Amino acid sequence: MSKRQTIFKEISPSEFFYRNRDLAGFSNPSRALYAATRELVENALDACETACILPDIFVRITSATIDGTLADPKPYTLKVQDNGPGVEPKYVPDAFARIFYGSKFQLKQSRGMFGMGATMAILYGQVTTNKPVLVTTSVDGEKAYTFEMMVNIHDNTPLVLNRTVKPANGKTGLSVQLTLEGDYSRSGSKIQEYFKQTALVTPYANILFIDPNGRLFFYSRATDKMPKPAKETLPHPLGIDIEALRRLLKESKEPTLKKFLSKNFHRVGDNIAEDFLKFAGLDAEADPKRLSNDEITRFVSALHSYKNFLPPDARCLSPLGEELLAAGIEKELQPEFLAVIQRPPSAYSGFPFIVEVGLAYGGKGVEQGLKLLRFANRIPLLYDEANDISWKVVNEEIDWKRYNIPQDAPLTIITHVCSTKVPYKTVGKEYLADRPELERELKNGVREVLRRLGTYLSRKNTLAFAKKKMNIYEKYLPLIARFSADLIGATKLPNYKKLLKKSVEETAENFEEPIVEVENKPIENKVVKLEQRRLEDFSQ
Amino acid sequence: MSRGDSKTLASRRKAEVKKLLRQLGQKVYEDLEKETFPEVTLASRSVSNIVYDERLKQYVLGPSKTRRSAHNIKHIRSFTQLIWLASFVNKLVETSKTSTLRDVFYSSQAYGVDFSDQSESDEIITDLEVLLSKAREDFNVYPEERSAIFGDLTIEYTVPGYEGRRLNLASHPDGYLIGPSLSTAEFVDTSAEMVIAVEKGGLFTRFVEENVHKRYKALIVDTAGQPPRSTRYMLKRLNTELKLPVYILADGDVYGEHIAMVIVSGSVGAAHLHDLTVPDAKWIGVWGTDIVKYRLPSDPLSEIDIKRIYELKKDPRYAKGIWQRELDMFLKIKRKSELEAFAKYGLTTIVDKYLPEKLQEAKSL
Repeated sequence: MSKRQTIFKEISPSEFFYRNRDLAGFSNPSRALYAATRELVENALDACETACILPDIFVRITSATIDGTLADPKPYTLKVQDNGPGVEPKYVPDAFARIFYGSKFQLKQSRGMFGMGATMAILYGQVTTNKPVLVTTSVDGEKAYTFEMMVNIHDNTPLVLNRTVKPANGKTGLSVQLTLEGDYSRSGSKIQEYFKQTALVTPYANILFIDPNGRLFFYSRATDKMPKPAKETLPHPLGIDIEALRRLLKESKEPTLKKFLSKNFHRVGDNIAEDFLKFAGLDAEADPKRLSNDEITRFVSALHSYKNFLPPDARCLSPLGEELLAAGIEKELQPEFLAVIQRPPSAYSGFPFIVEVGLAYGGKGVEQGLKLLRFANRIPLLYDEANDISWKVVNEEIDWKRYNIPQDAPLTIITHVCSTKVPYKTVGKEYLADRPELERELKNGVREVLRRLGTYLSRKNTLAFAKKKMNIYEKYLPLIARFSADLIGATKLPNYKKLLKKSVEETAENFEEPIVEVENKPIENKVVKLEQRRLEDFSQ
Repeated sequence: MSRGDSKTLASRRKAEVKKLLRQLGQKVYEDLEKETFPEVTLASRSVSNIVYDERLKQYVLGPSKTRRSAHNIKHIRSFTQLIWLASFVNKLVETSKTSTLRDVFYSSQAYGVDFSDQSESDEIITDLEVLLSKAREDFNVYPEERSAIFGDLTIEYTVPGYEGRRLNLASHPDGYLIGPSLSTAEFVDTSAEMVIAVEKGGLFTRFVEENVHKRYKALIVDTAGQPPRSTRYMLKRLNTELKLPVYILADGDVYGEHIAMVIVSGSVGAAHLHDLTVPDAKWIGVWGTDIVKYRLPSDPLSEIDIKRIYELKKDPRYAKGIWQRELDMFLKIKRKSELEAFAKYGLTTIVDKYLPEKLQEAKSL
């Protein structure tokens, strides 16, 4: 039984979350449309990645009213479809129409934390429009099951109104279609920005989005490589609280505390277990199920003060990697220069994390001035930028003068934090808390990419200067030769060409590498017309 | 006066300029042949290097030098412009043609040396003056502004097409423009015993009408405000070649006094040129003391006038004699009068009464 269910048994979780929908980002029609889109897209991407399928995501928002001219806020129909493994039909009602039922109660990196985002969206749609949700799934590619459902908010139970089966035509995947009150005129630009940034951090996905005005946005896949999926891990001792320990002890099958420790915790073996128990003053041979309340409290405080636990390893993380991050930046921003760095794994409070930082400079896709794009577990964070730790690092912790970067330079900095537990400050998943460990890694990452940009710029300046110098000599030396010949009435020009050649060589010697032009690729139009076939791939 | 002297002077000047230009060309040509970047060194014209020379009684350029090298990409453009200008004026001198400052600016465009505006080409002209220690008039470049001369002086032209032709400068009552052909003409004969330079065209005409040239045996020069260099050069020649004393009449204010001072000891802007001054020219009016003495109608000094007086009081050229005395006088009475103010006492008063008195007074200066 989960801790939360115990505490909130008086009202159903559905009811609790409906009452507190602000916490989950559903505070108004504008935010709700954005949050619902985001939750469903993130579930779709997670599903594909877990199954190692290159994601093809189709999203469509249409006005749900016949009178299309009705002013916002108004009902919209949101459909999100993926080519993932699908959900077993028998789990569909519980998975989509019941709070706290999902596949994400485990310790590995994923976009959603508890899998409640989609249900929240469904719940919100239901209470604002009283329309059922349509979920279509196929796990085998043979049969596609469509459920028409509503949530029984009072009981937190699913209510299936209709169920149909159709041939799946060889396609697996999941499609969720719900109707909710939204405000596209207000949230449209955020939703579009969300897709653009998602495309940047998911360069291996095809994402097709059709907005209520009929505009089509297609973000095409730039690479067939996917990040290595995260492995599930045991909890690290540092991340354990009293309730978690109580639960683990209760479910323990081990006869002794020593065995309990070495079997249930991340990077704890027999030696460390024995040493720790000595440190905690607990009997290594004691039965885990028989610990007293006092002993449990002592256990936890010892867990947090013991110094010899090994740091968590990062196999439970799935960072994007420098290659994919670079591909994403190249694809979406087409910068003149880019740099990416993946910091070594680190941990806060027993939760491992990896920081990745990218930088894009110049080119047609990078706006003038400094722009920060924040990501956490491959989710773009679009709100509350100024509260975020990355913002603090970039704006307060970096000594910009050191890098010789012009103040109004077209510069975009990308920060990506992946962790088994991203330290969000709110349930809304919009900004990250100030953790010293995180701050340190972000700072080092940002410094590194800025250093590389500084090197690039100074080199570019030197090259530009050398080139300019040669152009100037080439322009003026022949003139000087001609005028001096005129002046003395000579018919033959002085041999200035040797001097010109000599100075070219001198200039070239000052640079180890040959003078190269920076390649500038043309920017593609992101809103493209797709072939009919492509569209068919996306729709069932 | 001797005719032969002046002829030698004019042609000697021309030969000297040609030699200097050729030397410059030769050096640049040879440097390029030797695979070195050519360069020139010229006296710096920065404010800190403009100093007052007690002996010459004028501002001169001090000892600091600037080097302009084709190797420095910040210099190469102006270096090229300088060499172009040298080759351009070399042709002018050889063909005895003249050119204005504006002509120079436009001519450059045919040669690929782009001056961004005329002030840039004017700067380069000054550079060449500094480099060769010659005035631009010596290499046949003249400013647009022109002043006039009238009186019994016979000149002989040296410009092409007019060589040997003579003219008496009293033949036309409006006077003659002091332009390139007059500047290079040779002085043949004169009955004049002095030169009177006046600041304004109106007074110049009055002097002609009142026969000042006959009554005082004078050549009358209209400086048209602050005299251009060709006019100063003309005054200098009249003073040195014909040994005529020069008297200056300007408005009774600090600016009038300064016009006289520039004729006497040169301007800061031409600190690199040493033969434009007439050190023994006499400023005879209108002084501050004259305003009181002749009870001239006057206007109060403006704040700008007062500020200018204080500036000049610190200038070493004004340190002594009537220069400092009259500055103090203007400050004391806080009034100024124009030359025309004499008209209050009749149009001819300035010629009949004031001028003879002042010429008399000048003898004691």
